[in-house]
Amino acid sequence: MVLTEDGSLSEDSWRHLGDDEALPESDAVTVSFARWKKANGELHARNGKLGLRLPNDAPPEEVAPDLGRFDLIVLHFPKFTDGRAYSQARLLRARYGYKGELRASGNVLRDQLLFMRRCGFNSFVVDERAVREDWAKAFGEFDVFYQGAADSRPWVMRQRMKNAQ
Amino acid sequence: MYRYDDFDHRFVDERVAQYRDQVRRRLAGQLTEDEFRPLRLMNGLYLQLHAYMLRIAIPYGMLNATKLRKLAHITRKYDRGYGHFTTRQNLQLHWIKLEDTPDILAELASVEMHAIQTSGNSFRNTTTDPFAGVAADEIEDPRPYAEIIRQWATLHPEFSFLPRKFKIAVSSSKEDRAAVKMHDLGLYLRRNEQGEVGFEVLVGGGLGRTPYLAQTIKPFVARRDLLSYLEAALRVYNRYGRRDNLYKSRIKILVHSLGVAKFTEEVEAEWLASDREAVALPDTYVSEIASAFTPPSYNRAPWDEAAVQRAIASDKAFARWMKNNVFPHKVPGHAVVTISLKEVGKTPGDCSAEQMDLVAELADELSFGEARVAYEQNLVLPHVRREALYGLWKRLDAAGLGSSNIGQVTDIICCPGLDYCGLATARSIPVAQRIARHMAEKEDLVGKFNIKISGCINACGHHHLGHIGLLGVDKNGEEVYQITLGGDAGNNAAIGTIIGPAVKSDDVTRAIDTLIGVYTNLRQGEETFPETYRRVGTAPFKEALYGPH
Repeated sequence: MVLTEDGSLSEDSWRHLGDDEALPESDAVTVSFARWKKANGELHARNGKLGLRLPNDAPPEEVAPDLGRFDLIVLHFPKFTDGRAYSQARLLRARYGYKGELRASGNVLRDQLLFMRRCGFNSFVVDERAVREDWAKAFGEFDVFYQGAADSRPWVMRQRMKNAQ
Repeated sequence: MYRYDDFDHRFVDERVAQYRDQVRRRLAGQLTEDEFRPLRLMNGLYLQLHAYMLRIAIPYGMLNATKLRKLAHITRKYDRGYGHFTTRQNLQLHWIKLEDTPDILAELASVEMHAIQTSGNSFRNTTTDPFAGVAADEIEDPRPYAEIIRQWATLHPEFSFLPRKFKIAVSSSKEDRAAVKMHDLGLYLRRNEQGEVGFEVLVGGGLGRTPYLAQTIKPFVARRDLLSYLEAALRVYNRYGRRDNLYKSRIKILVHSLGVAKFTEEVEAEWLASDREAVALPDTYVSEIASAFTPPSYNRAPWDEAAVQRAIASDKAFARWMKNNVFPHKVPGHAVVTISLKEVGKTPGDCSAEQMDLVAELADELSFGEARVAYEQNLVLPHVRREALYGLWKRLDAAGLGSSNIGQVTDIICCPGLDYCGLATARSIPVAQRIARHMAEKEDLVGKFNIKISGCINACGHHHLGHIGLLGVDKNGEEVYQITLGGDAGNNAAIGTIIGPAVKSDDVTRAIDTLIGVYTNLRQGEETFPETYRRVGTAPFKEALYGPH
């Protein structure tokens, strides 16, 4: 299931293609980073929505020139303690200006949701058996932040400087 | 001292509420221990041998009377009436119940304290010189920068799950009293030729099983760019640091596997590509934070130095304390006092609730309410009028805090070891106690000397940096101690070298005595131990310890 910031859970509407699976013409599909590197042109020629699955050691700079062609990028947390995808997310959003859906997959847990949201993720693949009603609250547990990030929430240094004016 | 504004208060309150809910979910079985562990660790809660241990953050070692009284109260109400000050300028409580921890954090929040990120694989407490703001040899007070870094590093959304923990230290004085070079990232405050303030950035220091000293990657970063440069360095580490092996995941390993030149290049490229303005530090903002650290209104009236000198002449014990524990203050008529937590025979760094209350009282009366923690596990009263020193010492002495051994052979740095810690492989506290008892009477003969003891390879006792370092290891069920020689912290930081086979626990005191004997016989003039050691080499020490080959 896919969780969004408003707390709603929905079925995943994307098909996540294996590298050997044939490419359908119109479905919304994601492909692996490896497949995208091999078949870039063919992928972009089709009509259906295209998404990309980036492993957490893939350099976002490599996909930067093509970001406009993706409607979804899925970044992966093999373990929630492996925080590489946070940096990927910030780079995709802040440096390379990716505007589409940015999804966290893998070991996605309640207590990391706010960090993920701040780094630019806006959807989350979660285990529906683990999700409880209070998960959506995780996005609002803080309203004081000490860093600017990839979201538009105000942060303390800027707020103080504004107040001082 | 930095005071919380509405943002800071709100933040720690939100943090307490969040943590209270996490504990509730854990106790209700909604979180597994595996899921809960990193959450409690990010609030400084460890599960140790006998109980939970709570590590309370003392940002850059700054305390005041109110905070000290609260800490005393917490140790009485929730622990066993004492706490342990650490080499990270923090305080550890070793007998804590999980259910009590949300209330403890709420009590801390009420005095502008917390336990955020005192463990876990993220930024740890930013440390600095315990004499910051009062030492005559400093360029500028480093504390505003430590505070700015503390805030920026607090629950950083991108860097809360780094490959491993990350420690930052800042020093701005001629003498490095913050052991900057043993940190993951060190900052020396510098002025460039135009007189602008900035930082020399060093990266890749750390002890543990692979000890390295930090190396300079940027000689000068303007202070405006401090946070953007830190973000660049951390992003390189977050992306490329190893995560497959716990023991190879500190930034020091990345720096050494890439080579410092390549690492520097990566950081520079990342920094240049980043949006530096987004986190630029305007001068006005630095000034605003710095205004929290303006010096107190010192009493600049003349003082009776003759009376101080008479007390020194008439009381030998006080004279010794003046010599070893009192450091010159930049304001005439004042002194910086280090209170030793190394009473011979006691646990280094331990402090009872009564002692904390006394230090609070003395801070209020004599030091504008301020106190500090030094990484050597002692406390500091930073602003004491010289004429108050004799009375101060008597009151400290009556409470077991009058030891005059700062920088001396019994001022031993020591981790909690196998008496408390789940990671330890050997005891360290009893070893420190035995050495101190044995060496106490020779202390003046030996002079400046430091012994550092760790109860396992993680090196919380900084053994690599001891003139003599001891590392306790388990050898077929027996606790034995590996000896390193020639280590040093500060400006002349050096990593000690292992001298030979480990010695048995019962033989440690004799071994230390022997090695120090070699030093006192061979030293020339005022030579320190590392100087003598570098000059004469290991041979005389080895021969004295292990016999002729």
